[in-house]
Amino acid sequence: MNITVCIKQVPGTSQVEIDPGTGVLKRDGVASKMNPFDLYALETALRLKQRYGGEITVISMGPPQAQAVIREAFMMGADRGFLLSDRRFGGADVLATSYTLSQGVRAAGAFDLVICGKQTTDGDTAQVGPELAETLGIPHVTNVCAVRGADENALTVTQDMPLHRLTAKIKLPCLITVEKGIFEPRLPSYKLMRATAEREIKILTLDDLADKDPGHYGLNGSPTQVKRIFPPEKSDGQERWNGPEPESSERLFRFLADHKFLQKLG
Amino acid sequence: METTYNTFSDADLAALREICGEDRVIPREKMGEDYSHDELSGIQKFPDVLVRAVSAEEVSQVLKYASSRDLPVTPRGAGTGLVGGAVALCGGIMLDLSRMNRFLELDEENMTLTLEPGVLLMDIAKYVEPAGFFYPPDPGEKTATIGGNISTNAGGMRAVKYGVTRDYVRGLEAVLPSGEIVELGGKVVKNSSGYSLKDLLIGSEGTLGIITRATLRLLPLPKYKISLLVPFPDLACAIRTVPQLIRASAVPTAVEFMEREVILAAEEFLARKFPDNSADAYLLLTYDGASEAEVELAWHAAAELCLGAGALDVFISNTLERNESIWAARGAFLEAIKASTSEMDECDVVVPRKRVADFVLFSHALQKKHGIRLRSFGHAGDGNLHIYILRDDLDETAWRTKLGKVFDDLYAKAAELGGKVSGEHGIGFAKRPYLARTSGEAEKRLMAGIKRAFDPRNILNPGKLIP
Repeated sequence: MNITVCIKQVPGTSQVEIDPGTGVLKRDGVASKMNPFDLYALETALRLKQRYGGEITVISMGPPQAQAVIREAFMMGADRGFLLSDRRFGGADVLATSYTLSQGVRAAGAFDLVICGKQTTDGDTAQVGPELAETLGIPHVTNVCAVRGADENALTVTQDMPLHRLTAKIKLPCLITVEKGIFEPRLPSYKLMRATAEREIKILTLDDLADKDPGHYGLNGSPTQVKRIFPPEKSDGQERWNGPEPESSERLFRFLADHKFLQKLG
Repeated sequence: METTYNTFSDADLAALREICGEDRVIPREKMGEDYSHDELSGIQKFPDVLVRAVSAEEVSQVLKYASSRDLPVTPRGAGTGLVGGAVALCGGIMLDLSRMNRFLELDEENMTLTLEPGVLLMDIAKYVEPAGFFYPPDPGEKTATIGGNISTNAGGMRAVKYGVTRDYVRGLEAVLPSGEIVELGGKVVKNSSGYSLKDLLIGSEGTLGIITRATLRLLPLPKYKISLLVPFPDLACAIRTVPQLIRASAVPTAVEFMEREVILAAEEFLARKFPDNSADAYLLLTYDGASEAEVELAWHAAAELCLGAGALDVFISNTLERNESIWAARGAFLEAIKASTSEMDECDVVVPRKRVADFVLFSHALQKKHGIRLRSFGHAGDGNLHIYILRDDLDETAWRTKLGKVFDDLYAKAAELGGKVSGEHGIGFAKRPYLARTSGEAEKRLMAGIKRAFDPRNILNPGKLIP
């Protein structure tokens, strides 16, 4: 089973600050790392490869320094790496990003399965995976928390939704986006680091893609314009309830249920 | 030193309430079961009264009263000890210091932190790190109080590079049994002014005085940190690599060893997979430093050294998520082992570093010799080992007999290798016989003399430590 895994380089801390004045993410001086959800995507691919054989290709989109996450994927066991890197891809919204990725995935060769992390920790839209599947014209399942089995033609996966779980058999080739915790991601290996130090990372520019129309990429290909980014309003307010039992516990229960801190099991 | 104490009376209760108020003086029948034991030592005894002091002045008045009435006083922090140090063996007053938990001063120029004894270890990191400071001692039990850490001279994982609690205590305020409040040490870096009474108090397990304030030394926070999880074909191969790692030019912050069976227990306990469980034994190494280049140089050299020594691979943990996946398991080892058996006891010996492999292999062989399950993990880098003896389905008599024999063998072997009874958990009640057995007559006489000088009426934490 040949698997393509989409990965992204994101800021190294989970607390990305937004400049309240300009509404821009403060990325200066922040170390970067592989999007944590993508580690689960890559681990899922590695487990499937262990079981069914095949080759794992990782693909990323970003500036040249994003090669670091591809190197890291090699250290975890990925076989081939591609980086979509071209100034003309810059400023892409989710639609243009998924379109660019779809062109890159096609350029990287034949695949049976595409795996993405459920979302990134910087953009947090969770839309690129499904949009990529649409653009590639293949079926997809999001929020996959378990892979139940696979054969030459199909994959059986379980999708984790807020109020239910759904198990589906999905025809290959297809795309899945995976949840945190599907498998514990392995750590990068120093031995593989040494072994893959010279391995080529193929840089894909617009000229390497089948669709060479610059109007489909980057800012030009993005119908969405971000007007403003701002941190959500913080509420540090405290409420103090004094009251007799069982009314106060009933009130607490209703409060937690209303705010979705509680849900029915099963 | 056997002492006869007065029986705690209603008049005593009233007198203590006069000092601390009604709410913070809790008679035996109203206190929680927690106050009758610590986390492991297998002994349970309730104090007659629980007093929650909130100031040195209150501690002073309570001790003055206790001295005048010959009532025993057992200090208690968070109760996370493992050797019965905070159990009121003789009843009397339990002095709970956990409410004295204020940060008093972060002195950025002197690089010191002054705080009360009830502050929890985990809160110290949260307090100083945002300001760019670092309190290096890192005992596994993060919910312990700093007072407890000082009282046992707690060590922890970073001892290899940074040393133990003692190395970071600059000054103490303590209350003597007489009620006198003394200031020992201070913010000074050097001190040759007479006997170091501060150092006598550190590790004295509440037998000499009650610590009511501490001034800790801080370091600049290392900006870069990386952990390496190194799988080895077997434990002997793993542990024999340790001395080479310590000798290398860059000293690791921590060197822990762990075995597959303990990792599996932690996986089951946490219902979460460890990043790797394919090898029989692992070393977990941490490197930290001020620059990325410095840390990279150090860990690359260590990785090469490990591979040369027979390691199967070297796994790199360089992000928050990865560190969390390893350290969550490491932090749960004790609880996981505890959950895998009916009862357990521990041995916290320390041996010279180059004898660690000998000692671990010796302890492994005891499983077969005595027909009992042992588990161990610990600080391979500083020679301090935690060996847990598991009761499983043994009946009380068989358990006590076997436990005694295993302990005899372990402590005898440690002594033979030039080791000591406790590396960081202390002596408390549980390890007293072994300290007695391994201390010379002159040493015992000195310890008894020191105790008498501080506490002539023997009211402070009686039945503990003194061999």
